[in-house]
Amino acid sequence: MRAILALEDGAIFEGVCFGASGERCGEVVFNTSMTGYQEILTDPSYKGQIVTMTYPLIGNYGVNLDDIESCKPFVEGFVVKECSSLASNWRSKETLEKYLKKNKVIGIEGVDTRTLTRHIRLAGAMKGCISTQDLNKHSLVKKAKNSPGLLGIDLVKEVTCDKPYLWQKSRSSQLDEKFKVVVLDCGVKFNILRNLERLGCRVSVMPASTRPEQILEEKPDGLVLSNGPGDPAAVTYVVETTKKLLGKLPIFGICLGHQMLGQALGAKTYKLKFGHHGANHPVKEIRTGSIAITAQNHGFCVDPEELKKCGAEITHINLYDGTCEGMAHKELKAFSVQYHPEAGPGPHDANYLFKEFINLLTVNSKL
Amino acid sequence: MPKRTDIKKILIIGSGPIVISQACEFDYSGTQACKALREEGYKVILVNSNPATIMTDPEMADVTYIEPITPEAIAKIIEKERPDALLPTLGGQTGLNTAIKVADMGILEKYSVKMIGADYQAIKKAEDREYFKKSMLKIGLDLPKSALAYNIEQARQALKTVGLPVIIRPSFTLGGTGGGIAFSEEEFEKIALLGLRNSMNSEILIEESVLGWKEYELEVMRDLKDNVVIICSIENFDAMGIHTGDSITVAPAQTLTDQEYQKMRDAAIAIIREIGVETGGSNIQFAVNPKTGRMVVIEMNPRVSRSSALASKATGFPIAKIAAKLAVGLSLDEIRNDITKETPASFEPTIDYCVVKIPRFTFEKFPEAEDILGISMKSVGETMAIGRTFKEALQKGLRGLEISHFGLDNKLDFNKIPDAKIRLRLAKPNASRIFYIKYALQKGYSVERICKLTHIDPWFIRNIKDIVQLEGKIKQEYKKQGSLSKAGLKKAKEYGFSDKQIAGLIGSNELSVRRLRKKKKIEPTFRLVDTCAAEFEAYTPYYYSTYETEDETRKSKRKKIMILGGGPNRIGQGIEFDYCCCHASFALKELGFETIMVNSNPETVSTDYDTSDKLYFESLTFEDVMNIIDKEKPNGVIVQFGGQTPLNLAERLEKAGAPIIGTSVKSIDMAEDREKFSKLVNKLKINQPANGSATSKQEAKRIAKKIGYPILVRPSYVLGGRAMRLVYDEENLLEFIQEAQEVSSEHPILIDKFLEDAVEVDVDAVSDGKLVVIGGIMEHIESAGIHSGDSACVLPPHTLSDEIIANIRKYTFDLAKALKVKGLINIQFAVKNDIVFVLEVNPRASRTVPFVSKATGVPLAKIAAKVMVGKKLSELGFTKERQPAHIAVKESVLPFSRFSGVDIILGPEMKSTGEVMGIDSSFGRAFYKSQEAAGSALPKTGTVFISVKNGDKRNIIFIAKKLLDMGFKIAATKGTAKVLYSNNIDVQEVGKIGEGSDEILELLRKGEISLIINTPSGSRGQFDMKPIRSSAVLHGISCITTIQGAQAAVNGIESILKGKLSVKSIQEYHAKNRGT
Ligand SMILES: Nc1ncnc2c1ncn2[C@@H]1O[C@H](COP(=O)(O)OP(=O)(O)O)[C@@H](O)[C@H]1O
Ligand SMILES: Nc1ncnc2c1ncn2[C@@H]1O[C@H](COP(=O)(O)OP(=O)(O)O)[C@@H](O)[C@H]1O
Ligand SMILES: [Mg+2]
Ligand SMILES: [Mg+2]
Repeated sequence: MRAILALEDGAIFEGVCFGASGERCGEVVFNTSMTGYQEILTDPSYKGQIVTMTYPLIGNYGVNLDDIESCKPFVEGFVVKECSSLASNWRSKETLEKYLKKNKVIGIEGVDTRTLTRHIRLAGAMKGCISTQDLNKHSLVKKAKNSPGLLGIDLVKEVTCDKPYLWQKSRSSQLDEKFKVVVLDCGVKFNILRNLERLGCRVSVMPASTRPEQILEEKPDGLVLSNGPGDPAAVTYVVETTKKLLGKLPIFGICLGHQMLGQALGAKTYKLKFGHHGANHPVKEIRTGSIAITAQNHGFCVDPEELKKCGAEITHINLYDGTCEGMAHKELKAFSVQYHPEAGPGPHDANYLFKEFINLLTVNSKL
Repeated sequence: MPKRTDIKKILIIGSGPIVISQACEFDYSGTQACKALREEGYKVILVNSNPATIMTDPEMADVTYIEPITPEAIAKIIEKERPDALLPTLGGQTGLNTAIKVADMGILEKYSVKMIGADYQAIKKAEDREYFKKSMLKIGLDLPKSALAYNIEQARQALKTVGLPVIIRPSFTLGGTGGGIAFSEEEFEKIALLGLRNSMNSEILIEESVLGWKEYELEVMRDLKDNVVIICSIENFDAMGIHTGDSITVAPAQTLTDQEYQKMRDAAIAIIREIGVETGGSNIQFAVNPKTGRMVVIEMNPRVSRSSALASKATGFPIAKIAAKLAVGLSLDEIRNDITKETPASFEPTIDYCVVKIPRFTFEKFPEAEDILGISMKSVGETMAIGRTFKEALQKGLRGLEISHFGLDNKLDFNKIPDAKIRLRLAKPNASRIFYIKYALQKGYSVERICKLTHIDPWFIRNIKDIVQLEGKIKQEYKKQGSLSKAGLKKAKEYGFSDKQIAGLIGSNELSVRRLRKKKKIEPTFRLVDTCAAEFEAYTPYYYSTYETEDETRKSKRKKIMILGGGPNRIGQGIEFDYCCCHASFALKELGFETIMVNSNPETVSTDYDTSDKLYFESLTFEDVMNIIDKEKPNGVIVQFGGQTPLNLAERLEKAGAPIIGTSVKSIDMAEDREKFSKLVNKLKINQPANGSATSKQEAKRIAKKIGYPILVRPSYVLGGRAMRLVYDEENLLEFIQEAQEVSSEHPILIDKFLEDAVEVDVDAVSDGKLVVIGGIMEHIESAGIHSGDSACVLPPHTLSDEIIANIRKYTFDLAKALKVKGLINIQFAVKNDIVFVLEVNPRASRTVPFVSKATGVPLAKIAAKVMVGKKLSELGFTKERQPAHIAVKESVLPFSRFSGVDIILGPEMKSTGEVMGIDSSFGRAFYKSQEAAGSALPKTGTVFISVKNGDKRNIIFIAKKLLDMGFKIAATKGTAKVLYSNNIDVQEVGKIGEGSDEILELLRKGEISLIINTPSGSRGQFDMKPIRSSAVLHGISCITTIQGAQAAVNGIESILKGKLSVKSIQEYHAKNRGT
């Protein structure tokens, strides 16, 4: 079955449908990770986005039960050069094609993804429409143009959990839980929860709209602001919540959480031309000078100059483009990073940040 | 971290001659390192015995020693040059091992030389299997079960704990020399003994077999600040049990989930830290159980390697260059990524294509050796292909191999291959297995069944099945419609089918398919290798072709010259030609041209992105080259420098409109076509050995009788000395004809009078069409009949009379003029009874061009390239042959130790993989050095075993006397002993093997023989000396198989006993040359 991806600027990419059929709009972004498509598909941060993989051969190792970052895929569409018809891996349970069909995600293969990527790099991330139903190019371009896009849209409410829950997944024998941590779920990746749990935290996940008082009622030792999709400026309620909790609890922000924290401190966010989506971005920790290769997935960024004015210190920078990758506010016991220390997918270089959070909790609990 | 200021002079050790498992990749890495370090302001001292390398060009390092890479020579160089640091990680295993030995001698300490990159401890930790194992266990990593042994008793003990089958691996060897897999106890004994012998420290590891597991490699880099990045992951198509060098490999890894990949990445980072490779690149190999995911560490190479060259070419990330910069203290983030300019080198490349590397084997050169692959490397070269899919890259790679497959084609009809053969070819890894996978699929084998037989991952087999299925569809479509649709043709191109392959499917020819394709506007698009999957703008024009929607080539208005490279290394066409191509590029850049390189060999300097202005990483087939010509429209195309490969394309390229420059295609043909050539030679009144060509058995007999035996025979359809045979009598001749299978008017056999005991001479010259200037005249040590590529030679000639040399010069001038050569010409002569015969003329760069250039200091290839674009020799200041004031000896290096069961006798078919140069003030000293550099050092004391054929008996007397005088003892077989005895030479007689005695083998085993001189007689009937020669190879004892070689050896030993060896840089030699 034919499928077409149309961009709002009129560019057309043709291919063959390999997942579900249908029609969806979203912001078109590219991801440069060569592995980890299953994690990418299930990352709630991709809500509202059509993801194209720059690596051309996708689906090689199928889909398994473990490598999920949430309970279902969130991407609006999935664009690849070639989807493997055979899944080869001892953990694989089904092919990517079947999985997408089952989960009603439109996949399109046979696309010249390098050309698409170059297009986005030069013209910037833009809205697109992917369809197997309407193969009229003009009409699709129009649909892309008319789609809401990301700016000013609150996508968090579409991916956050309905009600609070306690994360207890992987362990059979319970380690003694040293700390109680609340994770404000803006579209949290399971790997954040897994990491906290591995380090001895009792992890409560709470909906993004949870009021600060409710959070405090839990008497947590710390708060994690999770990653999530879309425009941080549209999620004012989380920013408000954060503002109220600043100073009362040690806070660790990741990705969208970093942006929320930035805004709560008084800094602005802005949109990058085509965002950072991949697993190879070098980030330098300013204090030590050491470099971590990081997993990244964000289209917005916090303005570092404003952060400095708010009393925060820039702790990490991206060596590709010099953007702010991390900050800390000593007095308020809050720190955050723009990238993904939980990986999933991506390198584990930045995993130490979870330990730093635990250290912060430890120090704080002794006060 | 700023670069170190406490060091100023750095010594780099190269890897020496090209051998199996250590090839051009170390020229590539060494050259990059020299450039990088000098860029940073360091003074570089370089040692390498291989004259065919770019790195030994006098401009590459500040001081260059073409000296044997032995600890003694290095010690002398250190004493003389007083470097502050030694960088041992760029010269392969040779570089590492030599550095360790030099350190062990206390030299580094004595002259306070620091080892940078990897230090003594790190090298030991990585290379010593036991030490390595301990380190891995310490950081919680898993390895195959194993035990060490230092003698056969311990080995047997170890076998009990590990259990059959086992892998036996010697420590400190390259490419697994002497290793093997034992399935039975007998095999175990054999391999264990060999391994103990081959290991530098008589140490072998007996290891649990993980045959059939998935094999992976990671290329890792670390800087002094402890930042670690992975440059590339590589998945082997062939499972564990086949050396990675012999495996088809794919980048990036294809069948690992992110979780598994990250686990491997974490392990690699932990390993490089634990081993303590401070800076630079390392290669780490892993095996993964396909059923359970258990991951074990196989080995680590604490240096740049073949795989890092591949990874560099596959990703665009220049590992060796960065490694060199890290070694002097820079950190990754301080180094810029050349390709993107804006971003730093502290990142992990991500690619948006698939890279396939395919090894090139030359089993046809060693008919006695089975083409079975195992854990010891046997391939002599490789080709790499880039495509958007695995299917495309695989097929592109296969046609780049130049084994007359044009993709995954149908050379054999699968219907005619018996099932049993298919199963055998699948189950026993071999050089042509990839094609048998296809035949099996065509026969209807399921993917699972093939996986079971081969242990190859189903993902790969499934992709091959896609190719097979598309092939079926194309055939069907054509059958039904009598034509191919645009969509069908496009799909085929996307799957990497070549025009020729498609032609084969529809019973058409390559040109017609090409026309059809162009008519349908199906043209390749060229895309960039940019390290970042298009996330950033890339500035380096490094391209590959694919069939997509956008072309990224950037056109300039400059005049462009395109240089065609030589493709994968093979015996007969290797680094020498890459050297020439690079020089052409350098020279033409100097003249302001835009240079465009086309090559598919990832090991080379020519495929470095900064050698030429543009690089097309493509196979050297008519189709691929024409596609680039169509795109770039160069002003000139050079086919002279890449060896026979581009030369063979010349005619077709010209017909298709390519502007070939230099010697005309017509002249090339005149030199290559035997009949035309004979006419030319007659006209010039130059002697040629009597010859003829026979189209039937009867005619062959008749011609042979007329010419007189011995004769040289060869089938006409193979070029380059292939399948050439020396025939002594009619019986032999008939045998040859039988083997050649066909003698007909279409496939005649060529017959030449064999000139016995003639001196062979090689000449390289350059001509601008008017003036011809000789670059060098080389006298071979071994007489004609031993391929020029295999024999040692000396420059200038040392026994030829002035008159003969004058004749040789005259003939060279005459031939070059008659052929209107514009550029290089190489001629082989044979001198017999003072008559000069011409054997062959190659109107192109030859294997000896770099040797001549290094010996004389004249950059012949550069001069030739400039001549080809219209410069006159007079303008270039090269109008007179330069006579060196020293002697240079070239010696070749042979791969016999890799091919068990192959006799080491030399003949008219080339077998060597590489060469070294010995340079000194006298022939004896230069020859001695050449032997030492080639790894077969001449002894200074001990017993020499002599057994020569009757024709040599007279000549051996003098040699034996000399040896005796120099204090050697002599042992000989009966016939030889008798002759020596009657000449008053004291000799120990040993029994003949043919008569049931294994006395000599026993002596060899005990290490009581230090040199063997054995000239095999051509006719049979004499008892077989083969076991002796095999034993010499096994025990690493020098074995000389020609009387001329023996004479030279005696000469060498004599001169070394007279005075110690000294070292001298080629810059010094050349300066002296210029002075005279
Ligand atoms: N334990 C093992 N079981 C099966 N195959 C092995 C084992 N160890 C090594 N091999 C195979 O032998 C090859 C060579 O071994 P390796 O340790 O990499 O030596 P080298 O130094 O020659 O590269 C590997 O590429 C792999 O295919
Ligand atoms: N007529 C001959 N008599 C003696 N030796 C010969 C003769 N012809 C060729 N040879 C030997 O065979 C080798 C290979 O032959 P050549 O014609 O040069 O083939 P190639 O194309 O492989 O260089 C030569 O280097 C030479 O040693
Ligand atoms: Mg290896
Ligand atoms: Mg020859």
